[in-house]
Amino acid sequence: MLAEIGQFTLAIACMFALLQTVYPLYGIYARQQNAIESAKMLTILQFVFVSLSFVILSYLFLANDFTVTYIATNSNSALPWYYRLSAVWGAHEGSLLLWVLLLALWSCAVAVMSKRLPVESIARVLAVLGLLSVGFYLFVLLTSNPFLRTLPYFPVDGRDLNPLLQDIGLILHPPMLYMGYVGFSVAFAFAIAALMEGRLDSAWAKWSRPWTMAAWVFLTIGIALGSWWAYYELGWGGWWFWDPVENASFMPWIAGTALIHSLAVSEKRGVFKSWTVLLAISAFSLSLLGTFLVRSGILVSVHAFASDPERGLFILAFLILVIGGSLLLYAVQASKVKSRGRYRLFSRETMLLSNNILLIAALIVVLLGTLLPLVHKEIGLGSISIGEPFFNSMFSILVVPFALFLGVAPFVRWKRQSINELFKPLLHSLIIATVITLLFLYSFASHFTWLALMGVFLGFWVLSCTCYELYLRATHRFSLLKGLTKLGYSHWAMSVGHAGFAVMIIGITMTQNYSIERDVKLHIGESIRFEHYDFHFDAVEALQGKNYTGSVGVFTIKKDGQYVTTMKPEKRIYTVQRMPMTEAAIDAGVTRDLYIAMGEMLPDGGWAVRIYYKPFIRWIWFGPLMMGFAGILMMLDRRYRVKKVDEEEA
Amino acid sequence: MNPRRKKRLLITSALVVGLSLSVGLVLFALQQNIDLFYTPSEIINGKNETGVKPVIGQRLRIGGMVLNGSVKRDPESLQVSFDLIDNGGGIVTVYFDGILPDLFREGQGIVAQGELLTATEINAFEVLAKHDEEYMPPEVAKALEGMDHLKKNKK
Repeated sequence: MLAEIGQFTLAIACMFALLQTVYPLYGIYARQQNAIESAKMLTILQFVFVSLSFVILSYLFLANDFTVTYIATNSNSALPWYYRLSAVWGAHEGSLLLWVLLLALWSCAVAVMSKRLPVESIARVLAVLGLLSVGFYLFVLLTSNPFLRTLPYFPVDGRDLNPLLQDIGLILHPPMLYMGYVGFSVAFAFAIAALMEGRLDSAWAKWSRPWTMAAWVFLTIGIALGSWWAYYELGWGGWWFWDPVENASFMPWIAGTALIHSLAVSEKRGVFKSWTVLLAISAFSLSLLGTFLVRSGILVSVHAFASDPERGLFILAFLILVIGGSLLLYAVQASKVKSRGRYRLFSRETMLLSNNILLIAALIVVLLGTLLPLVHKEIGLGSISIGEPFFNSMFSILVVPFALFLGVAPFVRWKRQSINELFKPLLHSLIIATVITLLFLYSFASHFTWLALMGVFLGFWVLSCTCYELYLRATHRFSLLKGLTKLGYSHWAMSVGHAGFAVMIIGITMTQNYSIERDVKLHIGESIRFEHYDFHFDAVEALQGKNYTGSVGVFTIKKDGQYVTTMKPEKRIYTVQRMPMTEAAIDAGVTRDLYIAMGEMLPDGGWAVRIYYKPFIRWIWFGPLMMGFAGILMMLDRRYRVKKVDEEEA
Repeated sequence: MNPRRKKRLLITSALVVGLSLSVGLVLFALQQNIDLFYTPSEIINGKNETGVKPVIGQRLRIGGMVLNGSVKRDPESLQVSFDLIDNGGGIVTVYFDGILPDLFREGQGIVAQGELLTATEINAFEVLAKHDEEYMPPEVAKALEGMDHLKKNKK
């Protein structure tokens, strides 16, 4: 009964979403204030009903109701309760329900938190969001209903959640990523509403900026979480595979990064406006494209749960409708947008433009590498795959100008900048960066490579430029300490975000150049030694978990004879699906990770063991965390906060 | 030509040259990194679509079923070799030095990525098995269509 109610509330939510689209727009057309103002209420109602539906599905999971097909295929009564809950979004149907829930959540947030915006603008934004919701509700209801029953012959127990997904990283990764994906719909809706209205001004950029930033923060953290999960859970110690599904989340991130920079220019200087709109449309379109690629089953990977041509066709049609429609609107309306600001060739504007150009180039590289195999196959030339070296070499090339400009840009003023003025700070930064790079490589690098030198230098270049700029800005009028406290949040946001990027670059460079990976055969009692570390294979013990059994290897690690730690990599067999899983043991550290994963037991009693030494790999995820934190700082900036204080007074 | 037009022409042509140069470079890099997918029969007889045989030394991906009883291990190291077969009947030997994935078993569909050593031997640097009991790469599923073993396994 409950499942039917869940489906019913979902249908009601769909109706409210439809009303949320039609009624306010009608109100604007017919000049009926009531209808315009109803948008907020309808949005809230839609959110309430979709939440109800989601809560019901979660409850059914917790209650182990295996009469529901989706639950029977993705859960099991032996699963701990938190995995039963996260199993709600463990597969296709539920993850789409999560998607519509989050879309409603964002819409609701816009409805509640934008009191300062003109009612009509809000109504338009909500109408656009409602239309998107309707599309996704129809998708869930017509092609991927999570509430379908298995009656009359239902299983006694479920088939269990894919063991790869039974992990804390996977409880958090999809909701975060989806918050990001779906969040770009707000930026998209603001852009479309502005185009409909024919009014694109600095106020528009100011409104959509914190929303875009929020979505970007979620996406950044979501991608970082996914990468971290892949590192410890897949058992090969990689952190990024240029897998099409990863690329599908990376593309909206690149577009979003370009968007937040371009929005800054539009807000402060009133230029690049039509470009910003185009970016807002692209960021969300790429999110949709990502969903299409992942959900339609044309890609096969860990993420592609089900392949069903009907679903693919539906998303493709929706994709064409949304992207085609918005680009058409853009083509008709964008010519009306006039930029009034003027700027010279050497100015902050140009710097940010070059940031955008380089990001778009990176985007095209990823897009090409992701779609080419599909096109190649569809036109009958056979299946191909694009190797990692393609992406790696393209990104190694693109990051050089990107990081160099990134260091310079914060020093450059809006409108125009004389080159002579910049000479001193840049020279100082260059000297500092070079010295630190050499010291760093001398202490941590086992041998010299040009690539490592370049990567580490770029990282420290960005870091020293960022710090130097902070110093200059702080000591401009006050003493250093007082000046630092006087800086606005958005200035700190820029510095922390850029520093996060630098940290990530250093992490990637060190990991890619100095990792040591050994696949070895060890008998109990044997040991292997490299990078001053001694890995001694002590024993193998039996393992008994709640829904798995297996064996644990016990390793004692010594560095130069000193005891460091004991590591216990596991080999699990999940009993329900009879699926073996590798649980790597990781000893994490600021400057290095040690990583041991058990392979299989060989016929002569030895074990295949994978032992890695990964320098600075934590920095790869710490960088994005800093970037996410920077985004939050920006949203707390006074010019967005003051607005709220005003609201309370009003 | 007046100076303004001249300037515009210069900028435009610089853009065009820059753009085509970078597109050219991207395509060149892409060319180096495209790995075609073959089934064992296609390695022996040439690709179904185009009839082209792979060249020795070429990087490629191969997908097929691990022939029962063909897995041979080196007693001293992690060196392993096995034969792959598909519904066309071609057999290709794959050499691999490393840890095989959890779900690697005889009689299962796998994908390997590597370099062609001789006409029927491949040196793999990566071996992928399916993620779980349900999943099989579509290329492999197609290559194995109709083979006895698979029919038996179908639920």
